[in-house]
Amino acid sequence: IWYGHFLLPYLLNQILFSIALPQFLQLSLIQTVTLIPGDGIGPEISTAVMKIFEAAEAPIQWEERNVTAIQGPGGKWMIPPDAKESMDRNKIGLKGPLKTPIAAGHPSMNLLLRKTFDLYANVRPCVSIEGYKTPYSDVNLVTIRENTEGEYSGIEHVIVDGVVQSIKLITEQASQRIADYAFEYARNNQRASVTAVHKANIMRMSDGLFLRKCREAAEKHKDVKFTEMYLDTVCLNMVQDPTQFDVLVMPNLYGDILSDLCAGLIGGLGVTPSGNIGANGVAIFESVHGTAPDIAGKDMANPTALLLSAVMMLRHMGLHGHAKKIEAACFDTIRDEKVRTKDLGGNSKCSEFTEAICQRVRDMQ
Amino acid sequence: MTFLTQNPTVTSLWEFLKNKDQIPQRVFTPPPARYGGRHTVTLIPGDGIGPELAHHVRELFRFCCVPVDFEVVNVDSSMASEDDINNAIMAIRRNGVALKGNIETNHNLPPSYKSRNSLLRTTLDLYANVMHCQSLPGVRTRHKNIDIMIIRENTEGEYSSLEHENVPGVVECLKIITKTKSLRIADYAFRAARATGRRRVTAVHKANIMKLADGLFLECCKEVASGYPEISFDSMIVDNTTMQLVSRPQQFDVMVMPNLYGNVVSNVCAGLVGGPGLVPGANYGEDYAVFETGTRNTGKSIANHNTANPTAMLLASCLLLDHVKLHAYASMIRRAILSTITETRLHTADLGGQGSTSEVVQSIMNAVQSTGPQTLSI
Repeated sequence: IWYGHFLLPYLLNQILFSIALPQFLQLSLIQTVTLIPGDGIGPEISTAVMKIFEAAEAPIQWEERNVTAIQGPGGKWMIPPDAKESMDRNKIGLKGPLKTPIAAGHPSMNLLLRKTFDLYANVRPCVSIEGYKTPYSDVNLVTIRENTEGEYSGIEHVIVDGVVQSIKLITEQASQRIADYAFEYARNNQRASVTAVHKANIMRMSDGLFLRKCREAAEKHKDVKFTEMYLDTVCLNMVQDPTQFDVLVMPNLYGDILSDLCAGLIGGLGVTPSGNIGANGVAIFESVHGTAPDIAGKDMANPTALLLSAVMMLRHMGLHGHAKKIEAACFDTIRDEKVRTKDLGGNSKCSEFTEAICQRVRDMQ
Repeated sequence: MTFLTQNPTVTSLWEFLKNKDQIPQRVFTPPPARYGGRHTVTLIPGDGIGPELAHHVRELFRFCCVPVDFEVVNVDSSMASEDDINNAIMAIRRNGVALKGNIETNHNLPPSYKSRNSLLRTTLDLYANVMHCQSLPGVRTRHKNIDIMIIRENTEGEYSSLEHENVPGVVECLKIITKTKSLRIADYAFRAARATGRRRVTAVHKANIMKLADGLFLECCKEVASGYPEISFDSMIVDNTTMQLVSRPQQFDVMVMPNLYGNVVSNVCAGLVGGPGLVPGANYGEDYAVFETGTRNTGKSIANHNTANPTAMLLASCLLLDHVKLHAYASMIRRAILSTITETRLHTADLGGQGSTSEVVQSIMNAVQSTGPQTLSI
């Protein structure tokens, strides 16, 4: 029997519906993302990211909002209601650097955002950038840090004159939440192991509680390997051989130190992406460097950190194809060494760097 | 660094009477105990690789005819009673100096079981932990020319072991910072910098978040800094510090910090210069001194395999010899250790080689013998 008449339609059917249709479906679902440009170099790097996303034809629509602290009823500081409403609606946000004015009377903007959306997990993937040489190559790890409690609870008292007490708070609920998130992340991103970093030999009850919750989460996710390591051992091994680590989960203070240590391994805060995951499905991706007021407006900024955070955002939203394209374009441009911003050792402007990436992305389509 | 824990001895009764109404200071410090010209030093082998390294130290000292006798005190970390550690503390009070391996703390035991090492440090008030990290010749590392002295507050801060659970599921751990101890450690750091001719002291803190606690520490450091005008003082936030350490560690000179940051920074620096097997550590108090490996590892997984790197423990024993003023022996042994380190074929596993501990110690003994002074026959 001659099936040839059906072969071509069958193949076309396969191609269209199993491979291409998901893309078509995605294209028709343009997602809105809240964009907070920030201060200093924030606006220029946000523009750069928007341009690159346009060149890559990513199905993202940006909703720009400004976040400045305003005083609500009762004197409580909060973010503007339209920003809050936008974020609650869109659930996904991209944020540039925000400046923390000294003695302004209100807490830092980052802290306000964290409290408003209950951003409990700070995720920082640290991957060595091929074109940017550091003494460490082949770094590929993720630090997941509990972001709401721990040593940064801000509870301090002066007991008597000259004796200060600072309280480190560890709760069962927060530890469980972060441990579960760490294993979910490992599973969703095909990471092989999760390591809990602690100091339970000294802080028996607090880190002990954290560790117990991690162990319980490990039981529920048997497909991911779980290990525990002391903070000092992690630091020691990290600077000697960072390739032995995969996903690290830890309380607030250790997370702060270790995530910055890992950022230093790959080249600093100017090239490190970061994401904050909150309750109710809110996720805000940000660049963690400062506002760099000295180069603001001079077209000298490096948009890599914000761009890589945006790529992280795409992955979080499931748009892996676009994420891969943009990331590859970015890394290729840096590796090429022809157009690099000043902080990466080159001489180019931000707009030139952005244009180079856009060109590469267009060539990839 | 004995000059830092002992004031110059008073030479006459007249001087004593002249000064006795002034601010009470320690005017008379007995010299280290010497019975028949020999010093007695407490030795606590500890767990893991501790016992074998302690054995090598004794072997080397015996070979070099060092006038030091070791009083061995074993601390059993699996026992719940604190008798063992109290015996060790009493022995250290008796002898004034100790060499110690790390005592393991099983963190699955209930909180009433305190870390033995921590107990020892707080009871003897060994307030300063000094770790000198320098790049050693012959050891291949990613960064070169590192020379950092880390001075870490050793008795308070996050290691106060004060924890409680008021509400089920909510644990509070107290971090205590006091003005007296912060002033004391800052003063120690500046005196050490002055004594070793170093120009810059950096205080590591997180005062932007822990405003009162680390703020107090920073204030104390600034206060002490004003009394040492020839030494420049600056401060750095701990996360920025770790970032700078992995990119440009050569910028640091002396670093002073509270307990937990000291733990992180000292381990990072030890990793930068080649690992836990190379750096010795010293804990100084007003009256006592305890020497150990810098990063305080038990090394359980490599215990009794003859693969541990003895360098850290042997360099710690050299620091001990300096402390009891046996400088000639200290320099002799140190020179031998450094000449052995340059031989790549003798590197132990942690340095990427395949040498064994006994080979390294043997080579050190050969080096000592070849430099001349009387030794026992090999």
